[in-house]
Amino acid sequence: MADQMTNPVLDINNLVVAVGKKPGGPKIIDGISIQVHERETLCLVGESGSGKSVTSLTTMGLLPKGTLMPSGGSVKLVGEEILTATDRRLRQLRATKMAMIFQEPMTALNPVVPVGRQIDEVLRAHTDLDAKARKKRILDMMEQVHLPQVERIFASYPHRLSGGQRQRIMIAMALVLEPKLLIADEPTTALDVTTQKQILSLIRELQRDHGTAVLFITHDMGVVAEIADRVAVMRQGRLVETGPLEAVLRNPTMEYTRNLLASVPSLVPRPPREESREPVVLEANELSKVYKERAFFGKGREVVAADKVTLTLRKGRTLGIVGESGSGKSTVARCIVRLIDPTSGGVRLAGREISDISRRLLQPHRQKIQIVFQDPYRSLNPRVSVGESIAEGPINYGVPHANAMKRARELLELVGLPADAVSRYPHQFSGGQRQRIAIARALALDPDVLVADEAVSALDVSVQAQVLDLLDEIQQRLGIAILFITHDLRVAAQICDEVVVMQHGRVVEQGPAGEVLTHPQQAYTKALLDAAPGRHWDFANFRPVSEGVAATM
Amino acid sequence: MLGYLIRRVLAAVPVMGVVALFVFLLLRLTPGDPAAILAGDNATPERLERIRTSLGLNEPLIVQFITWVNKLLHGDLGTSLISNLPVMKMIGQRVEPSISIALSTIILAVIVAVPLGVIAAWKHGTWIDRFVMGLSVLGFSVPVFVVGYVLIEVFAIDLRWVPVQGFKSISAGFGAFFERIILPTCALSFIYIALIARMTRAAMLDVLGEDYVRTARAKGINEVAVMMRHALRNAAVPVITVIGTGFALLISGVVVTESVFNIPGIGRLTVDAVLARDYPVIQAMILLTSLIYVVVNLLIDVAYTLLDPRIRY
Repeated sequence: MADQMTNPVLDINNLVVAVGKKPGGPKIIDGISIQVHERETLCLVGESGSGKSVTSLTTMGLLPKGTLMPSGGSVKLVGEEILTATDRRLRQLRATKMAMIFQEPMTALNPVVPVGRQIDEVLRAHTDLDAKARKKRILDMMEQVHLPQVERIFASYPHRLSGGQRQRIMIAMALVLEPKLLIADEPTTALDVTTQKQILSLIRELQRDHGTAVLFITHDMGVVAEIADRVAVMRQGRLVETGPLEAVLRNPTMEYTRNLLASVPSLVPRPPREESREPVVLEANELSKVYKERAFFGKGREVVAADKVTLTLRKGRTLGIVGESGSGKSTVARCIVRLIDPTSGGVRLAGREISDISRRLLQPHRQKIQIVFQDPYRSLNPRVSVGESIAEGPINYGVPHANAMKRARELLELVGLPADAVSRYPHQFSGGQRQRIAIARALALDPDVLVADEAVSALDVSVQAQVLDLLDEIQQRLGIAILFITHDLRVAAQICDEVVVMQHGRVVEQGPAGEVLTHPQQAYTKALLDAAPGRHWDFANFRPVSEGVAATM
Repeated sequence: MLGYLIRRVLAAVPVMGVVALFVFLLLRLTPGDPAAILAGDNATPERLERIRTSLGLNEPLIVQFITWVNKLLHGDLGTSLISNLPVMKMIGQRVEPSISIALSTIILAVIVAVPLGVIAAWKHGTWIDRFVMGLSVLGFSVPVFVVGYVLIEVFAIDLRWVPVQGFKSISAGFGAFFERIILPTCALSFIYIALIARMTRAAMLDVLGEDYVRTARAKGINEVAVMMRHALRNAAVPVITVIGTGFALLISGVVVTESVFNIPGIGRLTVDAVLARDYPVIQAMILLTSLIYVVVNLLIDVAYTLLDPRIRY
């Protein structure tokens, strides 16, 4: 590429970042070297703890003082050394030469200041423009990021805007002074796929118009395939591999990269299993949940979170509910488990109606349906040992303590953890291990139905693959039925027999996963599939999907 | 906003109604004859009868309550049993000193404590932080009368800069008012400085970990702007709550300071009334204190909505 000949905008050379104020502490970043050129997008990929965010914060000079310190190497921005720059100089460089957007648009903006003024702050700090010229420039920038009704949004507070709009504001704020370098730290991870698609194409478009160099940090290979020119793979603070996008995706040279790519679930659904004639274990019939907002004076407002949702699940099968945030998929799951009470409609568990019976009568049925939540860091009580957490359920149902603890050991082995983990505490385990514990806890009651509410969404892909395999294996061995709630179509394609697509509380489409995810009938399902990042790439086979289709024909 | 204010004021009416009912029943439901309680131990039968008629004690309870509330609404809180003065007038004389001292104390405390808390949070973990927190422990643990007497000894007796005791109304000239109010204000503000500085520091530390503070820094604006514009305003809600309740406490609960500096405030009036079983004054003080709390809470809630646009009622 011709750009490679020019000087790099960002030149990180043999950077070392260590814990603590003095050199010699454990190294979080250990000798990484990357370059980003003008008009180029370098994707920094890695799983959690790989050091990709620390790299970006070091570049911005935003490392938390006193806890992390760069202890070697250099970071040059358009030839200027960052590591030795004064605080004052760093402040001058931020927003003018380098800017950053963050993962969580919901929390990245100050909630008590109108968004227009938050952008204005950048101009006031770095330019001498008068108020009128500043406002003109801001409105112009807001139009460039395709925000509607810019005058109104200029005066709006962040909570009035959607996640996508907030991220557009962040991008406008970052690019208003046309910095040479844009660092985007997982900028679309918290967004729905359709919004993600828009934001990715916006970043591309602005990069083309302004010639910005982009350092794009992500864990999502799909996003990498969409946006990267070059890829740098990181693991545990070291650089594993760098290269142009195609080369890395097709011919990864390192074992770690191969494994990482192989773990990405394919959007092409797995081969369908035989039609099941097993009995139906769970049925929801026109299940609805309406939230009423009560007002002090005047009329309340009604929010329909789930609207006449009907679904059936047979023994040994997996039913997926997919949809974007706010589609009502978690509401349905929680109504089915009776964590919340449905407003109307029925839930039959093993033929017994449970939607309207009292909490006390529900008690014996609870053990037949168990749930695993999204965030394994918060769903286990940190002060209770793993064994007690798992045994608590059976003990509540009258199993003697010793038997319950024995069962806990067996279950831990079933989910691939050592039996002696019973006496340890949740903080001693990684996220993936904790999710295994959460699954063991759910299985302790021998449920007929396991509800997994975004149970693999918080996990790294390699761990995600392992947990999905585990669920599959448990299903084969125990014949359990799984209700799998996810926003990730790739995951749904790999684990579900049937899928239900939800939008605005309603079921849009349902049917066998192979049908719905390859030949969607409804426009919304099509849009969802179309927005799935990297849909044209078959990562696990190191080739574009089109070549795979050609090969099988 | 106006609609919200009206709704909140209307919602305060039933609260005050319940307080009024409680205050009314305080006398009527105490065992024994209210007239005997009011008249004290050495009352003659004629005096008892006079009190019964004046209070309408021979009427049914509900009629008594309506008459009493009606009088209340016309500013008639009854007559003190000790001084025979109208209670309204007695309180009226005492309100100015109390409110003056409460206001000056809270203003001084906020001016000193908020910057201290902000600096402590900004320099978290350094000697500055530890120094401020040390001061705060000191402020909590030294009793107000000790501070008061030390201040009097140094500034009034040794240096002779200000008078030892007493209170002058602001209408008597600002100089006279100021030189008498400054020592009690300083003495009282100690504990409030400690409290508010701690609260500010804790709230700031929370907010400084937020993503939008990182965003502000990534914009390249200076640290002062990061602290004031982005962090402090978001940290303000718990701090305002402490300031508000502190202010309400200050108006009615500063008996010790009032005694040390010989200030005729409502704190001492309340204690004197309780000791002398001056029921009409006690009743009025309960009503007044409740009213202060209701008003202060209303102001705190209004401050919330001004500080945080997400809070809407």
